This record gives sequence, structure tokens and C-alpha cells, in this order.
Amino acid sequence: MAPRIGVYVCHCGGNISEVVDVKKVTESLGGQGDVVLIKDHEHVCSEVGQKLILNDIKENRLDRVVISACSPQFQGGTFMKTMEQAGLSPYVMEMANIREQCSWAHHGQTEQATSKAVDLTKMAIAKARLDEPLEKKVLPLGKRVLIIGGGIAGIQASLDLGDAGFEVYLVEKEPTIGGKMAQLSKTFPTEDCAACILSPKMADVPNNPNVRLMTSTEVKDISGYIGNYEVTVTRKPTYVDPDKCTCCDKCAEVCPVTVPNEYDEGLTTRKAIYLPSPIAVPNSYVLDDKSCLGLFPLACSKCKEVCEVDAINYDVYPREEKFTVDTIIVATGFDIFDAREKAVFGWGKYENVYNALEMERLLAHSGEGKPLKDLGNKVAFIQCVGSRDEQVGCEYCSRVCCMYATKLACLFNREHPGKEIYIFYTDLRAYGKGFEEYYKRAQSEGIKFIRGRVAEVVEDSETKKLMLRAEDTLTRKIIESEFDSVILSVGLRPNAGTQKIASMLGLSRSQDGFLKEAHLKFRPVDTLIEGVFLAGTVQGPKDIPDTVAQASAASSRAIRLMNKGEFEAEPIIAEVSKEMCVGCGVCAEVCAYGAIEMVSSADNEGVRTAVVNEFLCKGCGNCAAACRSGAVDVNGMSDHQISKMIEVM
Amino acid sequence: MQEQPENWEPRIIAFLCSWCSYAGADLAGVSRCQYPPNIRVIKLPCSGRANPFYIIKSLQQGCDGVLISGCHPGECHYSSGNYYARRRFAIMKRLLEYIGVEEGRVHFSWVSASEGEKFAKVVSEVTEAVRKLGPARRLVKNEFESGATI
Repeated sequence: MAPRIGVYVCHCGGNISEVVDVKKVTESLGGQGDVVLIKDHEHVCSEVGQKLILNDIKENRLDRVVISACSPQFQGGTFMKTMEQAGLSPYVMEMANIREQCSWAHHGQTEQATSKAVDLTKMAIAKARLDEPLEKKVLPLGKRVLIIGGGIAGIQASLDLGDAGFEVYLVEKEPTIGGKMAQLSKTFPTEDCAACILSPKMADVPNNPNVRLMTSTEVKDISGYIGNYEVTVTRKPTYVDPDKCTCCDKCAEVCPVTVPNEYDEGLTTRKAIYLPSPIAVPNSYVLDDKSCLGLFPLACSKCKEVCEVDAINYDVYPREEKFTVDTIIVATGFDIFDAREKAVFGWGKYENVYNALEMERLLAHSGEGKPLKDLGNKVAFIQCVGSRDEQVGCEYCSRVCCMYATKLACLFNREHPGKEIYIFYTDLRAYGKGFEEYYKRAQSEGIKFIRGRVAEVVEDSETKKLMLRAEDTLTRKIIESEFDSVILSVGLRPNAGTQKIASMLGLSRSQDGFLKEAHLKFRPVDTLIEGVFLAGTVQGPKDIPDTVAQASAASSRAIRLMNKGEFEAEPIIAEVSKEMCVGCGVCAEVCAYGAIEMVSSADNEGVRTAVVNEFLCKGCGNCAAACRSGAVDVNGMSDHQISKMIEVM
Repeated sequence: MQEQPENWEPRIIAFLCSWCSYAGADLAGVSRCQYPPNIRVIKLPCSGRANPFYIIKSLQQGCDGVLISGCHPGECHYSSGNYYARRRFAIMKRLLEYIGVEEGRVHFSWVSASEGEKFAKVVSEVTEAVRKLGPARRLVKNEFESGATI
């Protein structure tokens, strides 16, 4: 059956008609069989104009509407609603842009602008003729959310979502939540004790009835799409029942194995059975089966023998668990830069060179009156180690190092007044609330800030003192001076585990290796994958307040979707002709969303063909342009439609 | 430069990505930036949607010039469609030159949603370049009928 098209040309109160001869446009369009009516109107978008369309659709049984007026990006939504009111699909309406892209751009050229308006309207008619009455696809959406990573970002997001009544699965690969923040001494610029402000939040997590906490757990696989993400996790055994463990420490006392303690960055030791951190949540000892003398066969079993509450059980194994969620928040955080990559500073080789996280631990211990090391009388901080350094592939600024070095210097200075503390910096970036004030205070307390990048650090093999060479770029003098200790302000790198998660979900990375947000300015916590959000340093280096703000933002973006109870997917998506597909897979390769899967199906005689996931596809059409056999097309924007538009020219 | 028929005006077709260049074209109008009215725009979701055959089809159909414009590198709404568009275009351009379509008929540009002025400038430049080349005859379908030789 031939379509019945109605065309409306708008004057826009003179905006169009002062340049374009609207009457002439309507006259030039005449004579096409399926164009049932052509009308012009002063304001097609006005209530009167919309009523006119509604009435015409009813009386003339129109099934396509072409509106030649302003930009579809301006009033497209209005007319789509009009179509819905008339009981038609909003996708059988086309607009010709004769205002922004014609009358407004071609003042005083009535003849040519009119001819252009005629062409543009004819093109819209050609497209409308082939429009299909597409419908939005509605998908039910539940209230389950997976949060990957139990650092401060994951904790904040879990609590926000749990408090709002959503069902949260918080997965953390370490035996305790808390992340990097739990290792810090104090936080800048207020010098709040990190553990003191973090531990109550950590404790809230297992106490929240809506949060299911899974520590020592890794995400093994994620498949599916918004509203239907199937998650498989591997739960590693800790061999200690957290519900029974009283943290009496008797097991650790008898354990014969001593290994470096990760929580203290290897500056202290722990046993094979140990408490992951003093503020660990769940608050329970765990048995590290990699350093234990042996469980299969059992080599020692001393810990089990002394446990009075019978919390230890060796007969447990890694197990997989599957569950389904509606949305996902990725909060996998960062790793610190491995200073061995910057060999000129000698970290890992020289005894008195520490990285900043080691310094945090040293200060945390000395703050409790249990100093681990004597750092001597003259201490230097070297800034931008693994940041703003193309030699090691990190062009970006890590944003936190200027302030954490200032903080560490202040804390050290306060503990040991009268010591010489130097900070060698590239640029001092004190951009946040209270940062500049904090920097000034540090200066007034006697910390010396020297603008200059350090070239190298050389250790005196006998005294173990460190000779440091740098150029003071303000005085242009070469500084060569001996220090007792050197602290490297290491930058932030994407967490090693992030890539695996990104591949599973089809998330893309920015140039710096951190995960890419949907839009840097307007969608900073969304990703291009519907229902997947980013929180914290997984998206880029940031400090604690920014991380917490972002985690709350990600939660609210997830709530925004799930609260509605359903998800509407745009119907303008790719479509594959099974008959024409040769199964080469190029479309799947170019898809940024992982929306195309190559499937060998029985109903297609076992031939591999491309299958589009209608909820993942965003309709960009890259696959259609890439298809060698012309098997892929886009609904509502087909090659045939575009060909017909070109033919009008 | 070939001889031009009297009153000849170049006909140029533009394939614009809806997120950047199409919005840039709208902004040009909103800012009342003036540019030659020889251009007819087809809105695509992404420059990556532009199938190379659209260029051939346009030239066959008698368009004298073609412009494809998308988001700046790194700004694609769909993550990487503009990079694909650029690669396809680079190959297509060599093919067109090989089959005798003059350089300067087919253009590629990056115009963001905030670059109304740039859009007007690009269109003016493209129109001028195509005007200099005169009518496109190389691929026009009815060339035989009109008696011209290839």
C-alpha cells in the first residue's frame, strides 16, 4: 500500500519566510502521488499548528508526516510527541531543516535559498516514504547493582545505593575493603586521620541490610546488558569463618611462616594467618594459602589446633557464584607507579629511598609511637615520579602528589621539629578547596619547596646517604646535596585488574589508560555502555573528596535508571540480513559497544552470522558502513533511504 | 579550469554527524554566519555511518562536490566512529583519484557543535574549491546519453 504523506512548511513567524519563498516551496513540491497534502503555516510547532497536523492525520489517513521548519534537534521532540498523540510511530516523521541551515544562513538570497528549501524538503519526503513505524523497545529493570571494588569509591556507592533501598553486591578481591585510603596516615588538607574517618564507613557496609559484601572475591565473567547482566564471581577461601573469629591473635602467634606485610608495603612482616589490617572489614583473620606451609596435604595445622572458637577449616575450596544485576558500577581504583621503572632514583635498590605509600605507613606507625625507621635529619621529596613524564609513558598529572607530599612533609616536620625537609617539584598544583592555604602553611612551617626536577639520586655505598642532583629553575643554580632519606612522590596508574573488567564490559580507555567516561563534561560518570558507571580513580587520578563525590554521582545515575522500573531502548539500531551476511565478523570488530555477536545457528544451516543485541546497539551505523557484503543496515536510516535522498539532488 | 556553463552553480552534498557537525551547522545559522547556499545536508548519526558508496552515488547523481564532516578526533559520541570514517575516506580518496575524479571534489573535515563559524568557513571553502573545478562529469550516470565522452 502506498504511503500517505502530509507535508507542512513553516513560516516561523518570518524567520523562514523572510528569506525563503514558502508559497513557492509548497507549489514546487506538488505532483507526487503519495504526497496527499501540502500545507504552509505561520507556526507549525504552535498548538494550532499541532492541532492542524493531528486533524489532518485523522481526516486524510496520513501515515507519514514531513515538517519543513527548524532543526530537528530544536523541535524534533515536539513533533515526535504529536505523532504519538495521533497514535502513529514517532519514527514516521521527518524534518527538513530550512531555518538554521537555510534561511538564517542565506540572507538576501531568496531564489537560491528557496531552491535549497525545496531540495531539503524533497529529501525529507524521500526519506519519509521509506520510514518504518518503529517502536521503542521497553525492557523491565530491577533494582540490583554490582559494585566492583571496595575502596572508598565502592564503599560510598554501596552505602548510597543500599540506603536508597537497592540491592547491592559489593565485590572486592582483597580480604578486606578499604582500598588504598585505609593505608594512608592522614588526609590533606585537614590532616584527618584516614583510618578514623574511613573505618566507621567500612563498618557500615556489612551492617547495611541491602548490601551483600563479598571479599576475597574476583569477577570472573560478565555477560548480558542493562537489566540483565549475568555475573560470575570466584570466591576464594580464607579458611577462617569471619562469624566465629574473635581476632584473639593466637593463631598468628603459633604460625611459623613470616612474610612481608602488604598493608605496610612490606615494611613490616605478618604471618601466613593474619589480620589484613587493624581496621579490616570483615573483621576476621584470614589464611593466605600461598604462603602457608601447605594445606594439600596438610603440613602444619598449628593455627587450627590453638583456635578456641573452632573458626578455622582447611577443607574449603574456591567456588563460583552466579547472580544477575541490572546495573554495574566499576570502582577498581588505581595502582601506584612502580618506581623501579624510574631507575635513576634507585627505589628498590637504595636502602633509604621510599615511595610515598611507604612513607604513609612509616608515619602511621610513628604516629602511634611505634616508629619503624629513622629517616635522618635531611629528607627530600621528589615530585612527579611517574607523572608528567613521557619517558615512562605518563603524560598526565596525577593530581594528588603535590598535596600528599606537602602533607607528609608537614606531618614529619611536626613529629620531628628542626629537621631539614625539601620538596623538589615541577609545578606546585594546589587547586582544591583549602589546598593553597595548606601549601602556604607548610612553607611557613619551614618546609622548603624547590622548583626543579631531580636528575638522579646516587647512594654512597658506605654511609648509605643519598647524593641528589637537581636544577633550581627559579635561581638557575645546580643543586648537589646529600640527604639521609628520599621520598618519591609516585603517581597514579590504572589498576592492573581494570583491563580485565573493561574487556568484559566493552568499556574503552582514554589515552592515559584510565577508563573513558561517556562525556568528559556532561556525563562524567556514565560510560558508553548503558547501565555501566564509573566511580573514583578508575576514571582518572583524583583525591578523596572527588572520589566520594563521583561515587555518589555514579549511584544517583544508576538510581535514575533503575527507579523508573523500565528501560526504553531506541529502535534506530543496526539490522543484519541473514541471507547476505557472510560471517566475516568485521562489523563485530568495529562495534564500540560489543553489540554484535557472531553466532552459528542451526536455523541458518550452521553458518556464522552477525546478530545485533538490540539493547546494546546505539545505532551509530559504523558496522553498516564497514560491512563488505551490504548485509548490515540501520533501521530508520537505511542505505536505501539515503540513496533516495541523494537521488533528489 | 574547464569551461563553465552559464549560470552554473555547484551542487554540493554534505554528510554530517548529528552530534558535532550537524549541530555546528545549526549553530552557524543561529549565529547568522552566512555561507553559500549550494550545500544540501544529510544528517547521519555518526560520520562512521557514511558508507563510501554514498560518495560514489552522489557523484553519479550529478553532485559536483561532497563533504563529510564529523567530530574532532577523540570527541566521537560513539567513541571511535570518526576514526573509522577518516580511514575509509583516505582510501576512498585514492580510489577516486585513480578513477579520475579531480582532487578537491570530495572533502573531509572535523567541525564540533561549538564551531558554527568554522562550519560556515568550511562550506565556503568547499564551495569555492568545487566551483573552480566546474561541473563534475566523471561519474555522472547519464553522461553517455548527453553525448559526452569518458
